[in-house]
Amino acid sequence: MSKFGVVIFPGSNCDQDMIYVLRDIMGQEVVELWHKDTDLKGCDFIVLPGGFSYGDYLRSGAIARFSPIMEKVIEFANKGGYVLGVCNGFQILCEAGLVPGALLHNNDRKFICKNVFIKAENNSTLITSEVPTGKALKIPIAHGEGKYYADAETIKQLNENGQIIFRYCDENGNVTDAANPNGATENIAGVCNAGKNVFGMMPHPERATDGELSNIDGRWIFDSLLSMVKN
Amino acid sequence: MSTTAQDQLTTVETAKKLGLLQDEYEKIIAILGRVPNFTELSIFSVMWSEHCSYKNSIVWLKKLPKKGPYILAEAGEENAGLVDIGDGLGCAFKIESHNHPSALEPYQGAATGVGGINRDIFTMGARPIAQLNSLRFGDIKLEKTKWLVKGVVKGIGDYGNAFGIPCVGGEVFFDDCYNVNPLVNAMSAGIVKAGETVSATSYGVGNPVFIVGSATGKDGIHGATFASADITEDSAKDLPAVQVGDPFQEKLLLEATLEVIKTGAVIGMQDMGAAGITCSTSEMSAKGEHGMDIWLDRVPTRQANMQPFEILLSESQERMLIVVKKGREKDVEKVFAKWDLNCALIGQVTDTKRIKFYVGDELVADVPAFDLVLGGGAPVYHRDYKEPAYFKEAQKFNIDSVEVPKDLKAVADFLISHPNIASKQWVYNQYDSMVGTANMSTNAPSDAAIVNIKGTKKAIALKVDCNARYVNADPEVGCAIAVSEAARNIVCSGAEPSAITNCLNFGNPYNPEVYWQFVNVIKGMGSACIKFETPVTGGNVSFYNQSSYEGPVFPTPTIGMLGVMKDKANRMTLNFKNEGDSIYLIGSSKNCINSSEYLYSFHNVKNTPAPFFNLDEEYEVQKAVKTIIKERVVQSAHDCADGGLFITLLESAMTNGLGFDISFDSEIRKDAFLFGEAQSRVIVSVKKSDEDKFIDLMMASRAEFEYLGDVKGNEMIVDDESFGTVAAAKKIFDSALGELLK
Repeated sequence: MSKFGVVIFPGSNCDQDMIYVLRDIMGQEVVELWHKDTDLKGCDFIVLPGGFSYGDYLRSGAIARFSPIMEKVIEFANKGGYVLGVCNGFQILCEAGLVPGALLHNNDRKFICKNVFIKAENNSTLITSEVPTGKALKIPIAHGEGKYYADAETIKQLNENGQIIFRYCDENGNVTDAANPNGATENIAGVCNAGKNVFGMMPHPERATDGELSNIDGRWIFDSLLSMVKN
Repeated sequence: MSTTAQDQLTTVETAKKLGLLQDEYEKIIAILGRVPNFTELSIFSVMWSEHCSYKNSIVWLKKLPKKGPYILAEAGEENAGLVDIGDGLGCAFKIESHNHPSALEPYQGAATGVGGINRDIFTMGARPIAQLNSLRFGDIKLEKTKWLVKGVVKGIGDYGNAFGIPCVGGEVFFDDCYNVNPLVNAMSAGIVKAGETVSATSYGVGNPVFIVGSATGKDGIHGATFASADITEDSAKDLPAVQVGDPFQEKLLLEATLEVIKTGAVIGMQDMGAAGITCSTSEMSAKGEHGMDIWLDRVPTRQANMQPFEILLSESQERMLIVVKKGREKDVEKVFAKWDLNCALIGQVTDTKRIKFYVGDELVADVPAFDLVLGGGAPVYHRDYKEPAYFKEAQKFNIDSVEVPKDLKAVADFLISHPNIASKQWVYNQYDSMVGTANMSTNAPSDAAIVNIKGTKKAIALKVDCNARYVNADPEVGCAIAVSEAARNIVCSGAEPSAITNCLNFGNPYNPEVYWQFVNVIKGMGSACIKFETPVTGGNVSFYNQSSYEGPVFPTPTIGMLGVMKDKANRMTLNFKNEGDSIYLIGSSKNCINSSEYLYSFHNVKNTPAPFFNLDEEYEVQKAVKTIIKERVVQSAHDCADGGLFITLLESAMTNGLGFDISFDSEIRKDAFLFGEAQSRVIVSVKKSDEDKFIDLMMASRAEFEYLGDVKGNEMIVDDESFGTVAAAKKIFDSALGELLK
């Protein structure tokens, strides 16, 4: 068993979905961490869920990054603690500098919510450890600012260090422009830090985990996270 | 009354400027026993506006069936209807219009419509779990229409996405009659545990009254009055009457509200919608048969020096009025402090049955609560009505006057890319449809949206429906069709129709021909709701959807239906599953093209009767469909609707790219067979191994049925003629709307 902490910012709206998956579907211990808290309550895995933290009227994640709880999360991550940010959580991680790059407005300037396909290129990170490489996972996205961007030098390093955890692809696993929903650089859907303990991704694996919704491709990702327990 | 307030004594001219009639002004003087001051007159003008008082519709609305075994809160009792769905759970649901604001400021107009309808749900203690919307716009080729569509969709998306409740369904319809007046109807449904509901009431002398949530600004002043007049060239000058939304505040208000209810400190609560503080204080007091003393200078405001009437009439969003048990103030304040929201003590409950508004020591208005509200002293009118000439003219339509086109594939192609038929994904992909991880229809589409109730065997089914072309053609039949089609969609999804909410969008009620449409719509709705045992739990009426130069919109009674699926194992989807399955039509083909998109748009024949419809036949078809779904002898079920049989088959084919091969019915005109929109028809697919049992069940039912052909290949084949591949059709179907909006 491990203890997951799901951070709740004012405006988070995927927090309960994440808790439901971790607790009720994956059977893990989960505690809620309030944005004003200054204690991680002994958690060994922190999740920043999706939503619109503090309304995101400035720039997604820009305010949340300064919340009291984030000070502790940053400290925890810098010591090698595991952190996953999904959607708004990914945006917050970028703003906090815990993962490289930034998330810009989608190419067509519209919010997009739909199923897309992503694939892991290798199993060298915890979050992709159990995902069959090359397999296209059907995972939904729901964002207005999800276009991953980093400068060429950073992208080069990410590629060399195996820090790109997911890329958008078509249903057969081909990474194509047509399969890129938001204009992300090199179809990047998720990255991790150099220490490979902080993961950020725009797609929502928690929305593809409950069998009652007829798509459980996200379980590959949660199974991977839980492999931490085994090791 | 202070001297300042007395100085502002009003005249009938002021009353008229505020939208009141001379008779109404005299009635106000009689109620007060004196001439009202400006603040008091403003209070009456909004409370007696059409929007709040239903003065021109209530006589007829009362004729609708509202009782049922599962109804926990009847129409008019609370902010939304409440239906018992079993397992100790209730579903609160309601639809509401935001037409007038959206016509002028589409983004904020639509956004605040979403905010308002959700507050109606959570003010009852229910957590919203699904939203829907029903949108109508004018000619899609007009730049103005494109601007309205983009603004409305972005407004709904930005508000709903941040608020975090999935948008699970809706409809989008284009017709020239909506060129000036688009319709924006928003629906929300929420779940509440039995015993955790909160009523919009106020009682207990000395109990404190709080205003919580956003500060009060000058936006939306006289919005209710504005929504109760025709749109004119000058309407753009009314822009301050349009409210501005803040979904982040709404999200905090939702969480704080549900948390404060759990403290047990709340006596009653109502959100501030139309007419703001005025409406919430008077409606809650009238319901609880008490009075209130309110100090307007204690209301948190966004700007300095707001006049009393501005504070009273402001429709600033994301606010609630809460009456709290005396001595429990701290518990309430603590919750709102946690969520960083305003929570201001502004007054207390009295036994006077009057609402007294003060600024400091000065009494600025003193009005009796009961006389302000619907069901109390608000005026009630019986309006004259008369059958319009177009209705008689339409009955003369003869199908023989229309030649069957030689190239039916060209008709099919026309319909596939028609904005009323083509996929609405350009719209709904901008809405978060999956947050909450309960939308069961994302990966398994049904005619109605299916929303999971986690931790139970249950789900709810939701649908909004109204083909306004049919309603215009024949208001009584057309509205019965709208109810029936919503029910048919719920039944085709494997659920049981339970209750409806309605949003009644019409032109000016003082126009007798518009009122004739209204009266007949109510008749049609009533008969269908009785037949399907789906009581009306509330909704709203939006009159004055007309402009001085383009006339009224089509009568558009949008039906929002709730269905209950007791066991998710009975869920049915609309898509073909297996090559070789048989395709059957439940119901029967008719030689009818009346009011079809095909006749209206392809042939440009605009004035014809409603499509064929018989309520008893409809009932038998739905009964048969329920049986064959329950007995698990069908693989798919899909309502035959807009665009007719051909489009229905295409929709069943597209999900899995499975084609069909069917034959014409020799007794039916080919165009009527493929594109006619006669009602009470459902397309099902059946495994060959289930076919005997299916036929036995259908023979035992009172519904007709016929074999059409098979699920086959990847093409659409009718009498050996190919209408193209499903994949090619899907490409056009999916992209047509986006192309048209470029």
